[in-house]
Amino acid sequence: MSKETEIVRIKNPQSIPLAEIPVMEYADFKAKMLGLLHEDSNHCVNYFAFRQDSDLQLTACIADDSKGDIALLSHKIQVQQRPTLESLTQYHFPLHIFEREITENHGIVFTGHPWSKPVRYSHDRVDQNQEINNYPFYSIKSEELHEVGVGPIHAGVIEPGHFRFICNGETVLHLEIQLGWQHRGIENLFLQRKKLMQRNLLAENIAGDTAVGHSLAFAQLMESLGGIQVSTQLHLERSIALELERIAIHVGDISALCVDVAYNLGASVFSVLRTGIINFTQQWCGNRLGKSMIRTGGTHYRFTPELKDKLLVVLEDFEKRFIEMSHYTYKLPSVENRFDNIGIVTTKQAHLIGSVGMAARMTNVRRDIRETHPFAGFSVHPYEAIVLERGDVFARFLLRRKELKKSIAWIRQALKMLDFENQVPEPPIKEINMMPSAFAVSLTESWRGEICHCAVTDENGKLAAYKIKDPSMHNWKSLELSLRNLEISDFPINNKSYNLSYCGHDL
Amino acid sequence: MISEIKIIAHNGKQFISDVTKAAVPAPFRGKPEITGTLVDEEALAEICPTGAIQTKPVRIDLGKCAFCGECALAFPAKIRFTNHHKISTNDRNSLIIHENDFSEIEVNPEKIKSEIRSVFNRSLKLRQVSAGGDNSAEWELGASGNPNFDMGRFGIEFVASPRHADGIVITGPISENMAEALQVCYDAVPAPKIIILCGTDAISGGLFADSPAVDRSFLEKYPIDLYIPGNPPHPLTIINGILDLVRGKKH
Repeated sequence: MSKETEIVRIKNPQSIPLAEIPVMEYADFKAKMLGLLHEDSNHCVNYFAFRQDSDLQLTACIADDSKGDIALLSHKIQVQQRPTLESLTQYHFPLHIFEREITENHGIVFTGHPWSKPVRYSHDRVDQNQEINNYPFYSIKSEELHEVGVGPIHAGVIEPGHFRFICNGETVLHLEIQLGWQHRGIENLFLQRKKLMQRNLLAENIAGDTAVGHSLAFAQLMESLGGIQVSTQLHLERSIALELERIAIHVGDISALCVDVAYNLGASVFSVLRTGIINFTQQWCGNRLGKSMIRTGGTHYRFTPELKDKLLVVLEDFEKRFIEMSHYTYKLPSVENRFDNIGIVTTKQAHLIGSVGMAARMTNVRRDIRETHPFAGFSVHPYEAIVLERGDVFARFLLRRKELKKSIAWIRQALKMLDFENQVPEPPIKEINMMPSAFAVSLTESWRGEICHCAVTDENGKLAAYKIKDPSMHNWKSLELSLRNLEISDFPINNKSYNLSYCGHDL
Repeated sequence: MISEIKIIAHNGKQFISDVTKAAVPAPFRGKPEITGTLVDEEALAEICPTGAIQTKPVRIDLGKCAFCGECALAFPAKIRFTNHHKISTNDRNSLIIHENDFSEIEVNPEKIKSEIRSVFNRSLKLRQVSAGGDNSAEWELGASGNPNFDMGRFGIEFVASPRHADGIVITGPISENMAEALQVCYDAVPAPKIIILCGTDAISGGLFADSPAVDRSFLEKYPIDLYIPGNPPHPLTIINGILDLVRGKKH
């Protein structure tokens, strides 16, 4: 093993030779990792294991929000030994999901893990005896308590997952969410598919409501591995697409919140407002969700001066109607009564569980990749994060409202910076030569929060591992906590206020 | 109250009054057209990331197509995506587009189960089952009921329980983990009942057709009443498809 134990730091997105990532003894790995994570400005954006001959290399990516870089460190173990390692979750809770994933996929047992249950019952899990349909939910023995099970199929047109409530009368003592029903083996398909375009298509189908966020993370990763630079113009165009996605989902989710508190005018108007935005995205690239927009190294759908003019009109009309409606909703006592002080997650809890994105910013945890690890257009025109304090449904509503307005302002600035006179066609690249024996990380801030894609290449420059992390992996815990001591009838409104991804989690 | 009336006035009428005639503007990719132009067919088939293009002669299977448009961008003289969105059908074979075939994709009245139009003509309640999809088809199914498209005006709605439903709408390639739940849900729907496959993933498995985490055995057991292609399908494709199925051409 390497004596070199200096942690290597990279930017977002970046690729480095695999050999440059320090491989440490586990005691050293633990000390370094916990040392980093002790600081609130550091958080783990990905931690996973991949095969290196007969070894498994556990690699952690720790993002430093104050310096804007990502620390990489790793530990190697022999696959055959099925070794046990000390769980670091007991010292730093947000690692729970990563350690559970490593146990599920590779059979490494982490001793002292508080609850090492499967993440998603993936088809290639090591322990095939565990089955999703008879998962033993956490239970409390008491004559006073009862359990309510919901799912996997829910009452609405939404994705499957199981929610198990332990209630005392109407009050929720504990909520456990078990997912995995959407698992379709997408990470393995990245390796099975050999063409860049096929992988690009997979990336935009990880989570349809975050098509731009995920495909941008993929494109950045591939461009970094292929040493490809794209123009400033394209960077800005991509970020405009990302912000349009954010606006569309935020306004749609505010509509859904209104549905749940039976405020029909709000529900209708916000829903109609969303249509205007996604129809613009369709005018741009032919798909309402922005699929086919982001391609590696270029784009088929250049943002034209005509589109700019159209977008300015769309945004002006949208903003006027949105502000009128949201201001009225904000003041409405019947709405406020249902949003206010419902589903509070405290700043301390958010730090404890490692919330990211919206779920962090609504409770005073400043975590926004656009600000701290700027990518695409945000490195051209900076973005300043919005942070709210209260951590309840109202804060989640308000954060969406504020972020949406800020995204519109950001887009307007970005539109001014677009240089159409020097714009040249920038067709997507068909195939790339990836850096051999490399490790790459790419982060984007989607509307839910940070997306992290990691790739490892072998000595021939072929993809050897592909790892996706959707922000929902962290944030489902926040939804669980938000329900404690609430009436069970408050579940739908809390759920909508987060709108977390099932498919992004289940992969 | 006055403010609310103002808001209503400012937003105006948003619903599409006739969904059967509404058009979706280009560059929306609806039904593709294939010309007889000679091209390197192997190269053309090679471009398709989902293997939806077959050669000699060239055909596109919309049940497999991800509507990414890469083929048309590379071979514009051969393939063109029109903005024609009415592409739902009950006949799997008519999802295969042939060279110089510019006919419409339609619901074949002869293939409709006899009770469908008599029973579901004015009211069709559906249970949606998401099974390994990416939430985009679910999204557009939800949008079909919004104030713009307002599918509810035709008596077509999504219900909370399979016991209240007249059929199921499946989205996603059907993950192994969802196979049992899907069967349980379908069994709970009282007869007569229909099955609608919504989106490319549901129709053929799409991008995930060969994934070992997918189990499509459910579909081998029952006839499919409607295929709604798209990635995701446009709400107008969804609504017109269902209307054609339960009401026929003249709504």
